[in-house]
Amino acid sequence: MKWDEFFVTGEPMIYAAMVSIVVVSLAIPIALTYFKKWNWLWTNWLTTVDHKKIGVMYILAALLMLFRGGVDALLMRAQTAVPDNGLLDGQHYNEIFTTHGVIMILFMAMPFIIGLMNVVIPLQIGARDVAFPRLNAVSFWLFFAGAMLFNISFVIGGSPDAGWSAYFPLASIEFSPTVGNNYYAIALQIAGIGTLLTGINFLVTILKMRAPGMTLMKMPMFTWSVLITNVIIVFAFPVLTVALALMTLDRQFGTQFFAMQSGGMDMLWANLFWVWGHPEVYIVVLPAFGIYSEIIATFARKNLYGYKSMVVSMVAISLLSFVVWAHHFYTMGHGVMVNSVFSITTMAIAVPTGVKIFNWLFTLRKGKISFTTPMLYSLAFIPIFTIGGVTGVMLAMASADYQYHNTMFLVAHFHYVLIPGTVFAVIAGFHFWFPKVFGFRLNEKLGKLAFWFIIVSFNVTFFPLFILGLNGMTRRMYTYSASTGYGALNMLSMVGAVGLAIGFIILVYNIYWSVRYSPRDTNGDPWDGRSLEWSTHSPVPEYNFAVIPQVNRLDAYWFAKKEGKPLADTVYEPIHMPNNSGLPVIMGALFFFWGFFMVFSWWIPAILSFAVIIALMAYRSFEKDHGHYISVEEIERTENAYRGEQHEN
Amino acid sequence: MKKKRAAFLLFAVTSILLAGCDNPLLIFDPKGPQAETISSTILFSIAMMAGILLVVYVLYTVVLLKYRASKQDESYEPPHEEGNKWLELIWTAIPVVIVIILSVVTVTSTSSVEQKSTVYADQKPLVIYASSSNWKWHFSYPEEGIETVNYVNFPANRPIEFRLYSYGPITSFWIPQLAGQKYAMSDMVTKINMSANVPGSFMGKNSNFSGEGFAKMEFEAQALTDADYKEWVRDVKATAPALTESEFDSLLKAEHVGRKTYSSNHLSFRPAPEGKNSGHHHGSMDDEGDMDMDMDMDMDMEGQHDGH
Repeated sequence: MKWDEFFVTGEPMIYAAMVSIVVVSLAIPIALTYFKKWNWLWTNWLTTVDHKKIGVMYILAALLMLFRGGVDALLMRAQTAVPDNGLLDGQHYNEIFTTHGVIMILFMAMPFIIGLMNVVIPLQIGARDVAFPRLNAVSFWLFFAGAMLFNISFVIGGSPDAGWSAYFPLASIEFSPTVGNNYYAIALQIAGIGTLLTGINFLVTILKMRAPGMTLMKMPMFTWSVLITNVIIVFAFPVLTVALALMTLDRQFGTQFFAMQSGGMDMLWANLFWVWGHPEVYIVVLPAFGIYSEIIATFARKNLYGYKSMVVSMVAISLLSFVVWAHHFYTMGHGVMVNSVFSITTMAIAVPTGVKIFNWLFTLRKGKISFTTPMLYSLAFIPIFTIGGVTGVMLAMASADYQYHNTMFLVAHFHYVLIPGTVFAVIAGFHFWFPKVFGFRLNEKLGKLAFWFIIVSFNVTFFPLFILGLNGMTRRMYTYSASTGYGALNMLSMVGAVGLAIGFIILVYNIYWSVRYSPRDTNGDPWDGRSLEWSTHSPVPEYNFAVIPQVNRLDAYWFAKKEGKPLADTVYEPIHMPNNSGLPVIMGALFFFWGFFMVFSWWIPAILSFAVIIALMAYRSFEKDHGHYISVEEIERTENAYRGEQHEN
Repeated sequence: MKKKRAAFLLFAVTSILLAGCDNPLLIFDPKGPQAETISSTILFSIAMMAGILLVVYVLYTVVLLKYRASKQDESYEPPHEEGNKWLELIWTAIPVVIVIILSVVTVTSTSSVEQKSTVYADQKPLVIYASSSNWKWHFSYPEEGIETVNYVNFPANRPIEFRLYSYGPITSFWIPQLAGQKYAMSDMVTKINMSANVPGSFMGKNSNFSGEGFAKMEFEAQALTDADYKEWVRDVKATAPALTESEFDSLLKAEHVGRKTYSSNHLSFRPAPEGKNSGHHHGSMDDEGDMDMDMDMDMDMEGQHDGH
């Protein structure tokens, strides 16, 4: 490592980023000291094991990463808006589309989904926390450490530049000699372990901690989707762990798993990556389906149509998601037989997905539809996602894919799937559950304004890419010549991207505006909801439910409201809650430093920090922590305070 | 409204594609049998998908117009509906039928484009090795014993078999108007069949991201009449310099080069990774030598087996 290569130099944008990083990292501790908030931050947030707070931290981090990935996207669109543009050079552009992909999938979509899972799932199943609260905090801090490690690559050492799929041999030390892809391997490894722990945690939570009477087929659809998602996580993420470990060995320890010589096999990486990568798509899309199911049923004021076939189709999608990975490289030269099998399994996914679309439409039929902001996103999802779906079927046909592969057609397709499929869903879920966490709704007027900006601009940005792809424009090209004729549509796409940026700025401004001015909710159920999370107060008390509700059917809370029968009586008992712990955040910090040392092959500090991690884990296994009890008096005080507040209002 | 706009856009796009206006999109302007097969497969799938979109959009529009709260009585309470076995069966069965139809189309079209076109069934294909290094393409003609860089000439109306491999990252060999693409990799040889129906110049490129100079990794594919092609080969053999090993090594190292023409090719001293020279010897331990010895072996043309 030469020291003059340590910091990335030579680009005004990089210097600006360095300055802002220094300013922010100085401003935060200064502000905390000035306002005497260190203690508040430590006891309320950094050491918390409360699923709601962990969920909020996930979502905050995801919004931050949405901004980072969005700036990457704007730079890419700006660079390609006109032919032969010199805004970015090839290397810089390559780093930007790589980090855009990694950040948007792994550090934006996933944590946003996991954040909503954290906030909602225990409430929706009538539980007081997840099965392993402290492990949950470890998950978050590992994700956060991975995300931060990945982000500093921008200014220290250089970002990965081989695409988010990091195909070998391009990502090998021979063709990518900077530390960029070390960051990729280590940062994803750390965050990935966090995700795997989340998978185990929520699997156990949903299977073991549901309220009495809530059998599997009486669970809300979001809970079902999260259950299935976590099964996929538990099966898919170990593949990523192994693949990344082999990548690190190849790049830093001289092994030849994916090398060009000595019997190494570049195709092995592509297979391992997509054996994880394809299920990963469903990890972010299935919970979105769950979110839409909740919102559509709520604002159509009607129960979800075809509940059983919804569950069956999600199980089918999760199984199929593991047998389609080779459709990402039909062009690798496997024979007609292999390509045909993968074509058919891929197209088969359209069947259960179609079932879901029709079930949503029939939920709306005979409903009483009110167009709130979360509902608008859910309704926009249907026609736009269907375009993503049918183009997916077109891409699934191996022969046709020989012409779409690596083109903008593919880029347009997966944005038409992931943005309505995941981004609209998390925004919808964010607006929908925001009052549950904070006790007031986001402003509807601003929410709708942002919605229209986002929905129209999305189509303006990405529809032209279908046509560009059919005209032979390949992806990941940092520039093209004017003679190709790609200029006009790329410019149109740039205009759309600016519109998207404006939409997201309005969305963030809406949060600020609503925190200051939005009227506070008088009960915990502002949308007239159907599932258990709406049966408790907002903001939710630490213990979620003063008394665990009794469930006898799907949408039990909806029917309890209709029939005027409460779900639980009001005989309080002491509530057992887990204790806060500083260990998870300390482990996160240690993992961050371990990762940083690993990236630069500084073995001695790496070994030392790893030894401390092991020591902390050993300490934890001997630690006796039985949690604490909330007394009946305190519950009564809290509950009365909530009721008093409601009377005042 | 967004749905109408989307439907209109789709309609507009499809009609442009089908009308075949002056400047058709590259994929719908095929000049060879393989590309023609794919083009018609894509158009067929677009028509089917447009039908599906139409059904969903009509249902969606009707439902949203009819069941909005503002159009309903204050006192209206939506009914409780569990679902309907028959309706759900219908919207499972119809997509299944569609998938079956598309599967048949996929399997037949895939197997057809992977082979020599039946139009030229009686002709022996011309074999050309296309290999990539950094951001350029090398074309080696084993029959003619010549080599070019960044352009490839071949006779029109004759089946061409490109054999692909790479000196480095995975690249994807693509001449959109003649055939779909295929990867070129360092440890094996892949094959792609195509032919041009008419003489002409076609854009060819690497479509798979392969590093810094990727955006400029294009080449010209020129289909010549039989007579023109023979004359060009004669010309090259008479006037172009021979390709020496050291010249080839410096070519490999260069990032970008212009067009080059040689009267001999690199297959003799640097054979393609096929047969005995492929990167993987699955279970066959017949060679006494190790990899280095394999590399030193002379050209071995009878090996059609590509290692997998």
